[in-house]
Amino acid sequence: MTDSYSPHPAYRLMVNGEPHDVSDAWIGESLLHVLRERLELPGAKSACEQGECGSCSVLVDGVLVCACLVAAVTVADADIRTVESCGSSQSLSVVQQAFVDAGAVQCGFCTPGLIMAVQDLIDRGIQLPHASPFDELATREALSGNLCRCTGYGRVLDAVARAVEASR
Amino acid sequence: MTAGGLKTRSPRLGESAPRPDGIPKVLGEFAFGNDLWADGMLWGKTLRAPHPSARIVSVDIGPALAIDGVAAVLTAADVAGKKTYGLETPDQPVFASEVVRYMGEPIAVVAADHPETARRAVAAIEVVYELTTPLVDADLAAEGTPIHPDGNVFRHLVIRHGDPTVQGEVIVEGTYEVGMQDQAFMGPESGLAIPDDDGGVELFISTQFLHVDRDQTAACLGLAPEKVRATVAGTGGAFGGREDICLQVHVCMLALHTGRPVKMLYSREESFLGHVHRHPAKLWYRHHAKRDGTLVNVEAKLVFDGGAYASTSSAVLANASCFAGGPYLIPNAFIDGWAVRTNNPPCGAMRGFGAVQTCFAHEAQMDKLAAALGMDAVELRLRNVLKTGDAILTGQVLTGAVPVEEVIRACVESPLPPKATGAMLERPGGAGRTADAHHVRRGVGFAVGFKNLMFSEGFDDYSTARVRLQDGVATVHCACAEVGQGFVTLVQQIAREVLNVDDVIVAPADTSVGSAGSTSASRQTWMSGGAVEGACRMVSEQMERNPGASYYEATFEHHHAPTEQLDENGQGNAHVSFAFVAHRAVVDVDVELGLVKVIEVATAQDVGRVLNPLQALGQIEGGIAQGVGLAVMEEMLVIDGVVRNANFTDYLIPTTLDMPNVLVASLIEQPEPGAPFGAKGIGEPPTISSTAAVAAAIRDATGAPVIRVPVRPEHLVFAADLVS
Repeated sequence: MTDSYSPHPAYRLMVNGEPHDVSDAWIGESLLHVLRERLELPGAKSACEQGECGSCSVLVDGVLVCACLVAAVTVADADIRTVESCGSSQSLSVVQQAFVDAGAVQCGFCTPGLIMAVQDLIDRGIQLPHASPFDELATREALSGNLCRCTGYGRVLDAVARAVEASR
Repeated sequence: MTAGGLKTRSPRLGESAPRPDGIPKVLGEFAFGNDLWADGMLWGKTLRAPHPSARIVSVDIGPALAIDGVAAVLTAADVAGKKTYGLETPDQPVFASEVVRYMGEPIAVVAADHPETARRAVAAIEVVYELTTPLVDADLAAEGTPIHPDGNVFRHLVIRHGDPTVQGEVIVEGTYEVGMQDQAFMGPESGLAIPDDDGGVELFISTQFLHVDRDQTAACLGLAPEKVRATVAGTGGAFGGREDICLQVHVCMLALHTGRPVKMLYSREESFLGHVHRHPAKLWYRHHAKRDGTLVNVEAKLVFDGGAYASTSSAVLANASCFAGGPYLIPNAFIDGWAVRTNNPPCGAMRGFGAVQTCFAHEAQMDKLAAALGMDAVELRLRNVLKTGDAILTGQVLTGAVPVEEVIRACVESPLPPKATGAMLERPGGAGRTADAHHVRRGVGFAVGFKNLMFSEGFDDYSTARVRLQDGVATVHCACAEVGQGFVTLVQQIAREVLNVDDVIVAPADTSVGSAGSTSASRQTWMSGGAVEGACRMVSEQMERNPGASYYEATFEHHHAPTEQLDENGQGNAHVSFAFVAHRAVVDVDVELGLVKVIEVATAQDVGRVLNPLQALGQIEGGIAQGVGLAVMEEMLVIDGVVRNANFTDYLIPTTLDMPNVLVASLIEQPEPGAPFGAKGIGEPPTISSTAAVAAAIRDATGAPVIRVPVRPEHLVFAADLVS
């Protein structure tokens, strides 16, 4: 170990457009841990810490990732977007409103990750020029990294259909 | 209605009211147990035994205590009260101290300033084990050397019904096996304990059975129950896996010992190791029928592996045994039920609670019997359906709604899905695109099931609710654990309906009000729904008597009709009510590769009355997903007592690509006498016969016997080889 190595480097995260200085944090902390336990942004959920369940889905420079698999220090100054940026209780996003209306929420633990994944699907799909990027199989493929144990996905897929319709 | 008349009327019973927690949940603002935080909080972490069977020679916590940032390391020696706990019998140690009986059993807990410090401290504890040979075969448990002072038999239940020596003209026999399923709720176990000035502790806990958590925790802490003030923290699913306590005592011990708030969260691996599972079971059956298909006798031997500790094994076995024949009129039966102790992971409650395992077997037997008789399998079932006034295997005469024929007819008469297009992405194997179209065979299977609602065998599982009405706003206080099922929505609908108000506040579920019992056994709509209704009606009466009061308040305790214990022949009126369900599954199977794609599951269910159509649909679709999972993918792999797949990489639950469309053919609404609003619980039936229906569909597609779930490719490929 060299003298320049610090297990507690200081770094800055840009989350939902706001700068957050992180200091005295152990270098091994995941982005998920820093968001939840240091920045008071608990929207991303920790359910497997293996990148298998999608509950911690966030956007890093526009790419949907599992925050549990990203070391926070490696995304210093990247553009990080979490579910907290999606809407407010006065003004839900289209996707959030669709989840409420469709009955896609039960225990809700997977919900923030799904909101991020569906928003990403719609944002990417709307940029595609060709027809029907939202057919059912494409939607199922896009969401297959987000596990839900309560709903059996039926109402989630209905929420996606509603959100796509409302986004057109 | 506000002065401007802009406010809309809030939904009443029978309407798809939105969840009051829906908006916080989509915003990411809803606080789960994992999200809680307190000033000066420490992190708790558990040391677990890596062996299924061992003697503990020594435990040295010194190296852990020496780590900077570690505030406490506690073991069995620090348990101030009762050393053991358990829902039915207190046979499970808070910490193992002399003997390890299953892999993952807690040895010690640590509180530290950072989760990583806690992890290192746990790793630094030095335990010397002397390994012993684990008892892992349930068939050998009863006769084997006891691995616990209470012995190896949790319960041996014999049901003798009618004349079990009666022989049928046609007899079919089979042996079946069900693997160990996990609830795999998404929110891992979590809790926050905050020490109080009076020597007590405040506990925020993700749970499904708050008051019994409180009672068990207080007993082990050596505190009076009122010194443990418990509140349901946001709970990320449950499905039976949170009926037992896990970290409750540990986190409170750490908080009381350190004088600081302590939070514990299980990792996914710990979650798999730290809660009970669905019992694996071996089931032998012999069905006797007349040539016309009339059932005359069912013999069965059921062996349920309860793992190391009792949990609810006794009640699970009772369900398995009482409903072992399925929803058919069976005049004679002999059911030999065993729940035994092994060094496998402890098993207890999971959605369906014993009825799932036997349903898989009795429905396989019904198909086998139909084949032996040369009869249509649905026709055979219709010939034998239970009706109101019939007796089940326990001699209990059914007095409520028994729409077995209705659920069967509605389910089979629903349209079948279109034929496979052959499109590559729609074949078994999914995105892997591995199936050849000409190897794909379609199969259709059918199954029927039933189970009890509420707790049985004389248990008085009441619920309590307190309602206050002031300034046109009703506040409902009930300790019912909301675990995702939507009781909070129902509370609002009931209070609006009975009190004719629009604004209903659901107060936090805590122990400052009486017990609501467990969120299990499909019981909360009936039990806590009834408690809320009762309290609201009392408030209504107060308003009539005294119209000008500034507020009204009432507390109501709702008890269901009493039940009896089973006698020495397994006979008695042990159950309150029953729900019936039918499922039809359609599968495509690549017979060369053994890959299964479930195309559709259709269902009809006996619900009494639908109180919230959208939430009912959510329960049905979600329950079927768990049934499909057990049929084709979900199993805890336990080899010589060692769990091999305690993670979501290797324990697979259905994704969007695995889950078929669900067709709800019909919800049969025959109001149940004695049930609040006539409604039966709807949470469990979707899991009971969906697994059996998928298994039957795979049999239909492949000709393979499918005597075990989950079905694996080798079960189909080798069977296909034999057939060809």
